[in-house]
Amino acid sequence: MTLSLFALQLLNGVEYGLLLFLVASGLTLVFGVLGVLNFAHGSFYMLGAYLAYWLSARFGSLWIAIAVGVPLMVAVGLLVEKLAIARLYARDHLSQVLLTYGLVLLFNELQSYAFGNDVQSVPTPAPLSIRIPLGEAQTWPAYRVFTAVACLVLAAAMRQVILRTRFGMRVRAGASNAEMVSALGIDIRRLFAALFAAGTALAALAGMLAAPLTTVYPGMGEGVLILSFVVVVIGGIGSIKGAFLGALLVGLSDVFGKVLLPGFASAIVYAVMAAVLVLRPRGLLG
Amino acid sequence: MKLRVLLAAGALALLAPAFSGDRFWLQFLGKAMITCIFAASLDLLVGYAGLVSLAHAAFFGISAYLLAGLSNQLALVNPLLTLPICLLAAAVAALVIGWLSLRATGVYFIMVTLAFTQMLYYFFNDAPGLGGSDGLYVNDRPRLGPLDFADRPTAYAGIWIALVVTYLLLTRVLRAPFGRVLVGIRSNEQRMRSLGFPTPRYKLVAFVIAGALAGLAGYLDATLYGFVNPAQVGWRQSGLLLMTVLLGGKGTLYGPMIGALLLTFIEHYGEQVTTHWNAIVGAFVIAVVLLMPRGIAGLLRGARG
Repeated sequence: MTLSLFALQLLNGVEYGLLLFLVASGLTLVFGVLGVLNFAHGSFYMLGAYLAYWLSARFGSLWIAIAVGVPLMVAVGLLVEKLAIARLYARDHLSQVLLTYGLVLLFNELQSYAFGNDVQSVPTPAPLSIRIPLGEAQTWPAYRVFTAVACLVLAAAMRQVILRTRFGMRVRAGASNAEMVSALGIDIRRLFAALFAAGTALAALAGMLAAPLTTVYPGMGEGVLILSFVVVVIGGIGSIKGAFLGALLVGLSDVFGKVLLPGFASAIVYAVMAAVLVLRPRGLLG
Repeated sequence: MKLRVLLAAGALALLAPAFSGDRFWLQFLGKAMITCIFAASLDLLVGYAGLVSLAHAAFFGISAYLLAGLSNQLALVNPLLTLPICLLAAAVAALVIGWLSLRATGVYFIMVTLAFTQMLYYFFNDAPGLGGSDGLYVNDRPRLGPLDFADRPTAYAGIWIALVVTYLLLTRVLRAPFGRVLVGIRSNEQRMRSLGFPTPRYKLVAFVIAGALAGLAGYLDATLYGFVNPAQVGWRQSGLLLMTVLLGGKGTLYGPMIGALLLTFIEHYGEQVTTHWNAIVGAFVIAVVLLMPRGIAGLLRGARG
């Protein structure tokens, strides 16, 4: 492997990892604070990608699609929380798995009903469709650079929100002891709803950003959901920092696995997870 | 006591189609009984040991694929050889996946079992020589002397025997001290550990027994249908099976079996009625979770007072 090819794969891995982080951070926060394991989280990624496809065809711009789609997905998140997730707070894991599994089936059916089952592509926004030269032979699409930077900015913003704002303080308090938080007079139900909607929007935004890179297809949410689980297991449940580390590790293993061991690309990711389980069963930062 | 009589009557009723020779009912009820074995084995984990595993379809698939491989590549058709080999393979896979997954607890365990299931799904889907998403045909079904399991009544009778043996085995296991320890672990693992039980080992043994029985279901399925494909290995399959257990009533062996019979019926007729079958299943799952968390067995018990 030449140096420039190595650099290219490194960048791709980091970019993929950062996208995964957007999805996994919502998953880990929702579990850490609300105590609900949400299998439908991948569906939000899928719905985001389909909204990007549909809205950008309608308005002629991915940016408008994102500007319209994200508030729409916040509304979807609030609705799902109110109708389904809120009934799970006092229930066991089996109920959570099954109810959200039912939601996955419903969302899949909604997608096939509304958008059909064909693979769709979303055009890369014009100024970003150029390719940045990298060494002699390789180039890196500018849109990937943009995605990576956007994810980094979002990750930094998330950190600021969680560490520096009142909302973030409540989220942290909720993660360590939700009952105490509500005893102190904070409306925990509203906090939960807001956090769930934020996680939904993040997953959907990741899907919207990924749409021009990966194309849009049925079942795309499930692959991401499972990789997000791997990320959370590697990083440690409820830990944003862990999710960040885990996401980069999974992104890099996946990309390098595809280059080095083409037949067993997906196996590398799981081997990394198995290694973490053997060495640190509660995750790197759990 | 009343339950035992009912179960025996049900078992005898299920034996009847073997003599009728009606091809549709043999296949349909054969499938339903395989799902009974599959669901009851998962209930050992979910309902008794309190382990919500999404890896169960993986062991089903390993055994089914192995049967296809043994038949197609090595021309092994003797069930006295292939059945133990396939069950052993499923048990070994359960040992490895269980050992790794059980290092995690609670919600971690669920996510890890899901991840390993998907790993195997991708393996069966992508590995060269396994037929991709179309899967494999079992060219020669198991055959022993005059017994040819490609013959439907014979396969049906074999499945019936397997179901009865599985049920008796699981009731024995659960009534034994081993089963009592599992129930103890479900309600309070800490306490069981402080009583001196090596709880991780108990959970692992339960995982391996359940995995081997899932392998039995896979073996029978590949024998009855003559093909395997990756869709049978994926997490949707595991999810549907969990739903079967919950619908029937977890923690009772007969509950998940009733659930399996019922769902096979609903699935068969539902698919004929609508193409949006998955939406119905999705809504059904949600309704069961919200409205009857104790399942059909819970309703029956409630009715009995």
